[in-house]
Amino acid sequence: MSILLDKKTKVIVQGITGSEGTFHTLQMIEYGTNVVAGVTPGKGGQKFEKTSIPIFNTVADAVKSTKATASAIFVPPQFAADAILEAALSGIKLIVCISEGIPTNDMIKVYDTIKDTDIRLIGPNCPGIISPGKAKIGIMPGFIHHKGKVGVVSRSGTLTYEAVKQLSDLKIGQSSCVGIGGDPIIGSRFIDIIKLFNEDKDTEGIVMIGEIGGSAEEEAAEYIKKHVKKPVVGFIAGRTAPAGRRMGHAGAIISGGKGTAAEKMAALKKAGIFVVESPAEIGITMKNAFDKIKSKKKTAK
Amino acid sequence: MKIHEYQAKEILKKFNVPIQDGIAIKSLSKFDAAIAELQKRGLNQYVVKSQIHAGGRGKGKIYNPKNRTELIQDGGVKFTTSVEKAKEYATRMLGNLLVTHQTGAEGKIVKTLFIAEGLDYKKELYLGILLDRNVSKNVIMASTEGGVEIEKVAAETPEKIIKEWVEPGVGLRPFQARKVAFGLGLEGAAFKSFTNFISLLYKAYEQTDASMLEINPLIITNDDRIVALDAKMNFDDNALFRHPEIVAYRDIDEEDPLEVEASKYNLNYIKLDGNVGCMVNGAGLAMATMDIIKLAGGEPANFLDVGGGANKETVKNGFKIILSDKNVKAILINIFGGIVRCDRVAQGVIDAVKEMEVNVPIVIRLEGTNAIEAGELLQKSSLNFEVAMTLKEAAEKVTAVLKK
Repeated sequence: MSILLDKKTKVIVQGITGSEGTFHTLQMIEYGTNVVAGVTPGKGGQKFEKTSIPIFNTVADAVKSTKATASAIFVPPQFAADAILEAALSGIKLIVCISEGIPTNDMIKVYDTIKDTDIRLIGPNCPGIISPGKAKIGIMPGFIHHKGKVGVVSRSGTLTYEAVKQLSDLKIGQSSCVGIGGDPIIGSRFIDIIKLFNEDKDTEGIVMIGEIGGSAEEEAAEYIKKHVKKPVVGFIAGRTAPAGRRMGHAGAIISGGKGTAAEKMAALKKAGIFVVESPAEIGITMKNAFDKIKSKKKTAK
Repeated sequence: MKIHEYQAKEILKKFNVPIQDGIAIKSLSKFDAAIAELQKRGLNQYVVKSQIHAGGRGKGKIYNPKNRTELIQDGGVKFTTSVEKAKEYATRMLGNLLVTHQTGAEGKIVKTLFIAEGLDYKKELYLGILLDRNVSKNVIMASTEGGVEIEKVAAETPEKIIKEWVEPGVGLRPFQARKVAFGLGLEGAAFKSFTNFISLLYKAYEQTDASMLEINPLIITNDDRIVALDAKMNFDDNALFRHPEIVAYRDIDEEDPLEVEASKYNLNYIKLDGNVGCMVNGAGLAMATMDIIKLAGGEPANFLDVGGGANKETVKNGFKIILSDKNVKAILINIFGGIVRCDRVAQGVIDAVKEMEVNVPIVIRLEGTNAIEAGELLQKSSLNFEVAMTLKEAAEKVTAVLKK
């Protein structure tokens, strides 16, 4: 099984006719995603590229006509908050916002609108979600992923690909991989996704890749300590980052002495997470954790 | 984006927030006119304030930039009732080096002075507005411990910080303003002045898309007015597109010249003090690459995210920026080509190195689509690359190169 997304999930793409939207929609279709419609205001009635996928003017029209439950957002940042709200208020239950650079004030209002609802927002400023062998909503390269039993959750893009590649090279597949995004305000935090992985019976281990800034990793560690029996491997990027500087991601900033990598690693260790010092050891550490469990089971027999 | 105190006060003034007013000058020749203007307003005491993008100015020290051991003056902010004294302070500050606990030892050259009104006050308070990431709401922080660093108060006496979260749907409510005012123990005219102040301040914060607004100290004058004696404002870079008036406040002199140069090429670069330069795609992987350099026994010389399309031009510009830093002894290139093809990136690197003089060893690791073809291209080129396949191997090669 996988979380959030499978082969049947009906997906629409907001901003399908933009260059990013077009390119990644084609990639998603090629991977197996069930893309049922696109939305670009003013282009309703047209078809997407050489496919039979219809384009609508509004998300409401697209949902009415296709019964889609998920949306991928590829619109420019100044319009992205509006696009998220349009999806949320038109019946979409899973919103994946790839757009980078949305003003924080806009996201405060978006978050306030969708919190405590059954709508799940992933991102913004994220690579998206993939359930290997089934479907992807996002921009990650599909071919590095393999179907399997490890759930991956991360704030970053290429660093997630790195971790996934390490796992795949060791023949450890993934159930789902979720990039939650590098912004200070995001729809789903580590804890939300880790809960889903914990409840998913086909996910047997979890990789969590955090970075400096905020305290979402510490919050997840608390939850893991109390509720998660599956092995968790954790890495925190940015131990060499200076305080007060924004390291690319708007959310990756050490402020007021808080949110350092050392602090986060300590919290993760305390929660029984296998913390790796080097990002090159994410895959092997997961493998060792699995081997240990296997040999324990053998001795128990 | 950061701005100067005098600029923040200009903004706050537009929102009718009571501030300690003054006149900014960039040259001593403007000093007399500034004083004359302040005197016209009926003022007879002055504060000469150095304008740099760093805190701790009052407790900072002014040095001669040509001879950094020569102390010129204690304090980057000076109060006086004498015009002559004020001019003397201004002469010592302008064009000289101000070192505070936030600037680091290199300090900052004072290029602007704010000649402000000297106010008599009976109490200093703290007031700040920023995003609370834990709840995705803005939070107002206030304290009776004004004039000291709020981080210090938070660490030592957290009970002295009052917090009030603003509901996004309804904004800051009058009862919340009153709650903070009661919490600070205010009464009478000062109470009323404060609730008015905080409402205006929040409006300024929200409407300018600020990411941080700090008034420290906020003062209660002898006649019970609440006035911003200092003002520090940072802005959300993602929202600058809708605030050209704030972009106009950008002071490039306050930024690292290499970072300014990099931003012209759309490269996300931050200079650090180490010896191994790095060029990476993606912010998370860039941070992880810096970490691995440290584990390999080096020190990262920079953060550099070249973004999605790592082609010849971006790589060339990346080299140009990294190599302007004379401390760089080696370069690690780490590109995870997902949708970008690695062989194209490799060709870009080869072409860039051929066109430029790169005299330090380069460790290069390309992973993803066509990574093997990319490795072959690099090996075949007559250039001196250390090619690594995995992140671990890349780290080992960096260690080896540094030992040579």
